[in-house]
Amino acid sequence: MSLIRATGLRKTFGDFVAVDGIDVEVAAGESFGFLGPNGAGKTSTMRMIGATSPVSGGELTVFGMDPASHASQIKARLGVVPQTDALDEELRVRENLLVYGRYFGLTREQVRARTGPLLEFAQLTEKSDAVVESLSGGMKRRLTIARALINEPSLLLLDEPTTGLDPQARHVLWDRLFRLKRDGVTLVLTTHYMDEAEQLCDRLVVMDHGRIVAEGSPRSLIAQHASREVLELRFDVADHAERVEEVAGIAERVEVLADRLLLYVHDGDGALETVAARGVHPLSALVRRASLEDVFLRLTGRSLIE
Amino acid sequence: MATGTTAAPARHALPFPVAMARPAALVERNLRAARHYWLTFVSGFFEPVFYLFAMGVGIGALVGSVDVDGREIPYAVFVAPAMMATSAMNGAVYDSTGNVFYKLKHSKLYRSVLSTPLRPWDIAAGEISWALLRGLIYSAAFLLVAAVAGFVPSWWALLAIPACTLIGLGFAAVGMAATTYMRSWNDMDYVQLAILPMFLFSATFYPLATYPPALQWVVQATPLYHGVDLVRGLMMGDLHVGLLVHVGYLAVFSALGLWATTRRIGTLLLT
Ligand SMILES: Nc1ncnc2c1ncn2[C@@H]1O[C@H](COP(=O)(O)OP(=O)(O)OP(=O)(O)O)[C@@H](O)[C@H]1O
Ligand SMILES: [Mg+2]
Repeated sequence: MSLIRATGLRKTFGDFVAVDGIDVEVAAGESFGFLGPNGAGKTSTMRMIGATSPVSGGELTVFGMDPASHASQIKARLGVVPQTDALDEELRVRENLLVYGRYFGLTREQVRARTGPLLEFAQLTEKSDAVVESLSGGMKRRLTIARALINEPSLLLLDEPTTGLDPQARHVLWDRLFRLKRDGVTLVLTTHYMDEAEQLCDRLVVMDHGRIVAEGSPRSLIAQHASREVLELRFDVADHAERVEEVAGIAERVEVLADRLLLYVHDGDGALETVAARGVHPLSALVRRASLEDVFLRLTGRSLIE
Repeated sequence: MATGTTAAPARHALPFPVAMARPAALVERNLRAARHYWLTFVSGFFEPVFYLFAMGVGIGALVGSVDVDGREIPYAVFVAPAMMATSAMNGAVYDSTGNVFYKLKHSKLYRSVLSTPLRPWDIAAGEISWALLRGLIYSAAFLLVAAVAGFVPSWWALLAIPACTLIGLGFAAVGMAATTYMRSWNDMDYVQLAILPMFLFSATFYPLATYPPALQWVVQATPLYHGVDLVRGLMMGDLHVGLLVHVGYLAVFSALGLWATTRRIGTLLLT
């Protein structure tokens, strides 16, 4: 059964088109991602799915229901982690969970019984009586996720769950999200980090300017739109375009970035040898596997993170 | 994890206790938050009591008694209902403007509340109920103090408590609706601009008959006048049909405020 089904979904703000006719289907138990740069329309899409933003055009059903007429019923089964934490700063950590559960009509006993395990899950047991203001960014994020789980949602919407966190905090969060996925929770997340998308998503769409420009699993997208490996070459020049000619013919495709050349090749080390054999000597060279960043560059001609 | 709940019945079909369950969750939230700033809570009680003694006892000593429709009434008895009605207004406005503005614009509380099953109507009903509960405690305490001081001649005065709740409902609803239009804290001054003249001129400190006839019409158009006159009638045991007109006025005032607040919260936050 598909939990989310969108066809030709649009969102406009006045004359401005934020989401421009997207088709998306998310099945139960799946982990689905929206990958895209700033302003791509990810948040706008998530808010329509969360029934807090009216649909401007096209069709959308969530749990088979129309958000326009069944907002409360949809929200009752959703967990929402917004892009910026909106915790209740006038309440303590534990109270944030207690009170939020009451908004879902849970009894005090139910809420109390769920609070302990959720604090544990978010690694905040020691902080349960702390004021929210005193938490670090990573703690606040985990509390927001714990809060979103108080109603035991079958679908969790996460808008940039790890933006602004340090690498360690991100890995902690990824681990928590993995556990939810294993428990059968459907995850829908937005991100502009390709490593995050590769880690967490079974399937994703790449969005740009309100449209979907590609869709598939991280592996299949890379296979389809990039090569197996990438050879990065840095030269001591102001404009890397000057050096493109010297590597011509070595790669299936060459991308010129501000500070390096990207050569899309099957065998990176082999390509590097060929480069050296031609007498071309870059300042530095790096062979890596192709990533979603390369897919995005290929599809839009721009980097994901400006 | 969670299994699907069956679709809830249509909203107008909900019996009262179920319909109020969602707003009640917001009241509970406010109660928890208030535990962390209980001092403001206590101070709300003293203001009208101080006014009562300053006006009733202090000025009353100079004025003696006032003439209302041919009856001589001690000044404190005349002014006590006005203080009770005014404080119902002030409390309601206080709770529904500054507090609500903070939650609307700064803490983003309503934004996260709206991603749960609560709807704009539930937010309006919850916030206003909270203001009314607070007001109810203040009204009851005030009435007790005034009665002990000997300023309350009739048992009908007990009905002044629900009357003050109605006054609070009107001002909280309209105050909250007005708050949704505010852009910054500076706009809060407009609230004072509306409240202060009403406080001074709604037949609070002297009878309506003191004004020239043309001005009497202006006074009678304001909501606080209806509140004051209603509470005064009840506290002095002076019952007449006119009181029903006051109730009607305040009921319409409240309904308009609730309707506008609900609409505006949806317009502002469900974009
Ligand atoms: N309430 C609004 N009014 C007007 N324009 C809006 C509104 N919300 C979003 N937009 C515009 O719609 C576009 C898409 O915004 P959205 O927040 O959906 O992007 P995003 O993909 O989430 O970006 P980011 O990665 O920066 O969060 C942006 O150009 C934004 O300026
Ligand atoms: Mg966003």
